[in-house]
Amino acid sequence: MLEIKNLHVKLEEEEKQILKGVDLTVEAGKVHAIMGPNGSGKSTLSYVLSGRDGYEVTDGSATLGGEDLLEMEPEERAAAGVFLAFQYPVEIPGVGNMTFLRTAVNAQRKARGEDELSAADFLKEVRAKAKSLKIDADMLKRPVNVGFSGGEKKRNEILQMAMLEPKMCILDETDSGLDVDAMKLVAEGVNALRDEGRGFLVITHYQRLLDHIKPDVVHIMADGKIVKTGGPDLALEVENNGYADILAEVN
Amino acid sequence: MALPEVKQTATEARLANLVMPDAGCTRAAREDALARVLEMGLPGRRDEYWKYTRPDTLVAPEAPRAALFDPDEAMLFADLDRLKIVFVDGVFSPEESDDLTLEGVTIDRIEDICFKDIHWAKELYGVLEARGQSPVQRPLAALNTAFAADGIAIHVSGKPSKPISFIYRHASETSDAMLHHIIRVESGAEVTILENGPAASRFNKCMEIDIADGGVLHHVRAQGRDHERRAATHMFTRLGQESVYKSFTLTVNGVLTRNEQVVELTGDDAVAHVAGACVGDGDFHHDDTVFITHDAVNCESRQVFKKVLRNGATGVFQGKILVKEGAQKTDGYQISQSLLLDDDSQFLAKPELEIYADDVACSHGSTSGAIDETALFYLRSRGIPTKEATNMLTLAFLAEAVDEIEDDALSKAIVDRLEGWLSRHS
Ligand SMILES: Nc1ncnc2c1ncn2[C@@H]1O[C@H](COP(=O)(O)OP(=O)(O)OP(=O)(O)O)[C@@H](O)[C@H]1O
Ligand SMILES: [Mg+2]
Repeated sequence: MLEIKNLHVKLEEEEKQILKGVDLTVEAGKVHAIMGPNGSGKSTLSYVLSGRDGYEVTDGSATLGGEDLLEMEPEERAAAGVFLAFQYPVEIPGVGNMTFLRTAVNAQRKARGEDELSAADFLKEVRAKAKSLKIDADMLKRPVNVGFSGGEKKRNEILQMAMLEPKMCILDETDSGLDVDAMKLVAEGVNALRDEGRGFLVITHYQRLLDHIKPDVVHIMADGKIVKTGGPDLALEVENNGYADILAEVN
Repeated sequence: MALPEVKQTATEARLANLVMPDAGCTRAAREDALARVLEMGLPGRRDEYWKYTRPDTLVAPEAPRAALFDPDEAMLFADLDRLKIVFVDGVFSPEESDDLTLEGVTIDRIEDICFKDIHWAKELYGVLEARGQSPVQRPLAALNTAFAADGIAIHVSGKPSKPISFIYRHASETSDAMLHHIIRVESGAEVTILENGPAASRFNKCMEIDIADGGVLHHVRAQGRDHERRAATHMFTRLGQESVYKSFTLTVNGVLTRNEQVVELTGDDAVAHVAGACVGDGDFHHDDTVFITHDAVNCESRQVFKKVLRNGATGVFQGKILVKEGAQKTDGYQISQSLLLDDDSQFLAKPELEIYADDVACSHGSTSGAIDETALFYLRSRGIPTKEATNMLTLAFLAEAVDEIEDDALSKAIVDRLEGWLSRHS
């Protein structure tokens, strides 16, 4: 589904190479986890996949279902099925959460040539999904992420994901800032979406999340590259021993 | 003191084109106003108060031509229950207006007040305008008092069941209109005044509002449509004890608009909010000039002005809070912000505080900035196309001003108008 080949990315404004040849394939129906030290380029990879400005791809490719992602605008990538749960969700004063969600859902449907969701259907769906994530009516009414706690912001990301039903879900440290119960809620939200047609790329520092969202494959990213790939055990190894051994081994 | 020659000449040229209406009982007020105009002279380019806005076309003997715009959208407030008072190029149109009777108010044409025994009107016409000439001169308002050919006097003694709605139609490409309205809100009475329409090629409007103790006046105005129109408007408002004045103005299009609000809080515990939202494109120039005087204890004033500017549009904000000696416990808030959608547009702001009391809380802030790229990316990453996302953020930016409108139906009407404009102009 998602195929990243030899991806090289530098900052647009500076001569700073951040991704130095990332190779990664996520198959439909699978959950891949990426772990790696701070500053290794995990968020950068997620931003480049979703189309954020400020990065320049100097080599390599990224495709989703065979379509070249790098040629598309962020909104086109979203309509094609890419979703990024942000490491730092953005606050947008003045834009109601509900309005935002409905506009996003309908914009994607429109881009795919589908009918817009009626106001009633939308409401029903959003209420049910919000409830399972313990997001109350008040949070839905408030401006997007404004005044939300760290954990509420992350749950709001998962709510958006649940409403948009993307093909390729990228979660950037969605577990950070979550208490134990919220982590379970988020994991349940993710697991509810797991199916044959959908791929996941879960960026995390902790095994804790992976206890709830069982990954099929675990990658270690260091200094802009995937340096090691393995099964769920690899995450346990990181949890127990840190990165030192793994990095020493690949160097 | 003699006026500078340029000013003298310009003032004489303008006056040569005007005839004072033969308006019986307002005659004395008009003569006084003319004397003020002669003494002050009309605004010139060198006047400090006109530093950011060129008054030339507002002062010129002839109104510059302004094409009529025939939009396919319905007039604002069209489906709202209201009492309509229609002017065509500044002339009252009885045919298009509703019957002017409504419980809780008395409505008359200014030219008719002399035939009736309405003292309040004679005591208000030109009075607040004259008070408002100090400490800053507003000669276009005095010109209006002297020469306004038409206008309405509204006496509010109760709580009318629906808003009173001024509709200003623009019918001739060269129309030059002057209207002068006066409104007296009696103690405990409450009214909503609406205004909309392009009015004329050049429109000089003056409104004097006197709110007695405990009175409430809501004002919602939209200036829009015809792109080439020009307007200079003045609203002079005096507030008594525990009275409330809330005014909101939406401006879209218009090559030149100068809106002055002169508010005097003269009774304790009074509240005055003036707000404005404007969206301008191209050779649009919009100026909000506000002067709020606190002359009583424990009054609150708010100024909230937001401007969205693109393709070289210019926005101006001159806002002042004057707290007089003894006006303790004053709560004054002022914010003016602009969202510049490109580098060609500009926002010029001059916020001022002048405070002669020690126990007051006043704040002011003025900013201008571009669209928030992080927020824009966030919206786009959810599938919202750039244009729509930009419009959402633009509306969000204007929200703080629009939220000043208390009535939901009115604020929805304004938001709809803004959405329409944004979708046509992006
Ligand atoms: N816009 C930018 N300007 C300057 N440096 C940047 C920018 N974006 C990324 N970087 C740098 O690129 C490197 C990779 O950053 P990135 O955020 O992708 O790391 P990460 O693996 O997500 O780290 P963390 O685990 O701390 O979230 C870091 O050294 C970071 O400082
Ligand atoms: Mg990161």
